[in-house]
Amino acid sequence: MGWAIAVHGGAGDISRSLPHDRRQPREEAIRHCLQIGVEALQSNSPPLDVVELVVRELENIPHFNAGRGSVLTSEGTVEMEASIMDGNTMRCGAVSGLTTVVNAVSLARLVMEKTPHIYLAFDGAEQFAREQGVEIVDSSHFITPENVERLKLAKEANRVQIDYNAQPIQNDTKKEKPCANGDSQIGTVGCVAVDSNGNLASATSTGGLVNKMAGRIGDTPVIGAGTYANELCAVSATGKGESIIRGTVARDVAALMEFKGLSLKEAADCVVHERTPKGTVGLIAVSAAGEVVMSFNTTGMFRGCATEDGYSEVAIWSDAQVE
Amino acid sequence: MGGWAIAVHGGAGVDPNLPLHRQEEAKQLLTRCLNLGISALNSNLPAIDVVELIVRELETDPLFNSGRGSALTEKGTVEMEASIMDGPKRRCGAVSGLTTVKNPVSLARLVMEKSPHSYLAFSGAEDFARQQGVEVVDNEYFITPENVGMLKLAKEANAILFDYRIPNGCETTCGANVESPLHMNGLPISVYAPETVGCVVVDREGRCAAATSTGGLMNKMAGRIGDSPLIGSGTYACDLCGVSCTGEGEAIIRATLAREVAAVMEYKGLGLQEAVDFCIKTRLDDGKAGLIAVSKNGEVAYGFNCNGMFRGCATENGFMEVGIWE
Repeated sequence: MGWAIAVHGGAGDISRSLPHDRRQPREEAIRHCLQIGVEALQSNSPPLDVVELVVRELENIPHFNAGRGSVLTSEGTVEMEASIMDGNTMRCGAVSGLTTVVNAVSLARLVMEKTPHIYLAFDGAEQFAREQGVEIVDSSHFITPENVERLKLAKEANRVQIDYNAQPIQNDTKKEKPCANGDSQIGTVGCVAVDSNGNLASATSTGGLVNKMAGRIGDTPVIGAGTYANELCAVSATGKGESIIRGTVARDVAALMEFKGLSLKEAADCVVHERTPKGTVGLIAVSAAGEVVMSFNTTGMFRGCATEDGYSEVAIWSDAQVE
Repeated sequence: MGGWAIAVHGGAGVDPNLPLHRQEEAKQLLTRCLNLGISALNSNLPAIDVVELIVRELETDPLFNSGRGSALTEKGTVEMEASIMDGPKRRCGAVSGLTTVKNPVSLARLVMEKSPHSYLAFSGAEDFARQQGVEVVDNEYFITPENVGMLKLAKEANAILFDYRIPNGCETTCGANVESPLHMNGLPISVYAPETVGCVVVDREGRCAAATSTGGLMNKMAGRIGDSPLIGSGTYACDLCGVSCTGEGEAIIRATLAREVAAVMEYKGLGLQEAVDFCIKTRLDDGKAGLIAVSKNGEVAYGFNCNGMFRGCATENGFMEVGIWE
């Protein structure tokens, strides 16, 4: 036993020929956020604080689809959502439809701790944010030129997608044809952590799907779909929201452990490889025993994990070289 | 094996002193809905159509807390939500934050069938409603005098009302014990206590479906979303069963209650009633809730850990029951 932590920056059809200048900053960011989480765990921060801290960091980094860097709705706006859950108490908080709140995950935590509710959305959530005095900015703060281009491409292709390969500005000939080959779902950030006492927590945050309808809610704020934690494990999922909701992905990992006695890895692999369609889902999870798993059925998932015994990994694809 | 089965609910958590005439009204509505469902099932209407039909009926009637007769937000407005799920393929649709859509469950179905998404909310959902041409009305249509009165009482007690219980000024959680009964127009306020509605059905082909609809908690914060539109919490359907929950939304979400019933059936091999009992007994901690469920084998079951649940159920072999109490 010991602490363990995992972070993700989204699962999807990440081409192995992703150019270096698009790959390296994201790997660096994952490494950086992982390190922040590790240091917090080493200083005995409760996992709930750790996951919030790490996800805040991920939200602030514009390379991922959360907070700044969120993908855009069909109207060119940003609507952010997040959720957080504490394994011991099973208290949880969620928010959707945020347009000015710098850190959605922190507002989700405030919903959990400062209201009799679990989930606040849109105007009501924005109003609550102001009452709580959290940091808010003009919504243009979250919009990056990259995402403006992504939206433009998506509209041209007239499909709902998130595609890391649909490079906005590039003249890079190595990339695959943008979005022609089915939907590439990516984005969302998340963190799961367990301390050496087996306390678990999970948090997930996202801007959603490129070109989504205004008002569309995905799996990220839906407890049991994108986020879940109880006394056995903590899970954060990413991928195609509609599949994750239908598959109650995060909850199912825990349910398989509890009801079928599967190990963390077996449960995660079962949900990802047997119970959801290929190309739709990735997840990170930790168990009360300090194990960590990162599983995905997409081409890749930006991810990283570390455990107290010194193991650490940052990866995108499932290359066999990491051992 | 086989045969259709149907269950409906009008909410869990009922004041033991609910006047008889209100109990009668509720039972009549539940009976009417059951009969509507039974005739639809006898004409081979698919489960997904039957649940929508019945929940529409419940939304339209002002008696329970959904559609017309919805509980009011702290601002005195109505914000409705609903979800629907079709067992085969587990297709689902959900809506929240509706203010003008006459039948939220039908909009949830349209989200499932006519949009690329599973869940739409607030102004995006309202825009979608207009694009789809569903019936819309002024927000005032949904507001009943009884609920306006209830809101006033709730504000005076500085509380959020779950069913009939009025906590004494608690701010962090709700569901405390009722104190001396409050009255309005000479009638105990419990008479006006609003509930969620839901319906679960398995048709003759063994297809399960579930739908849930609500106005949410009286005096809730604007923008508050409860369990009813959350797939896995308030509503769930798969190959094995269909489930609709009601009660303390926050407890239902923490327990992912609807999914839980299906999960113990699937992963532990429990039968429908066993699964329902297991979940009600062990998954709710201090939370008060109830649920109705059907299985692909034509069974129907319900359970609740609070004082009563408005419900009705029927199976093809002639069984029919409408009840409120244990």
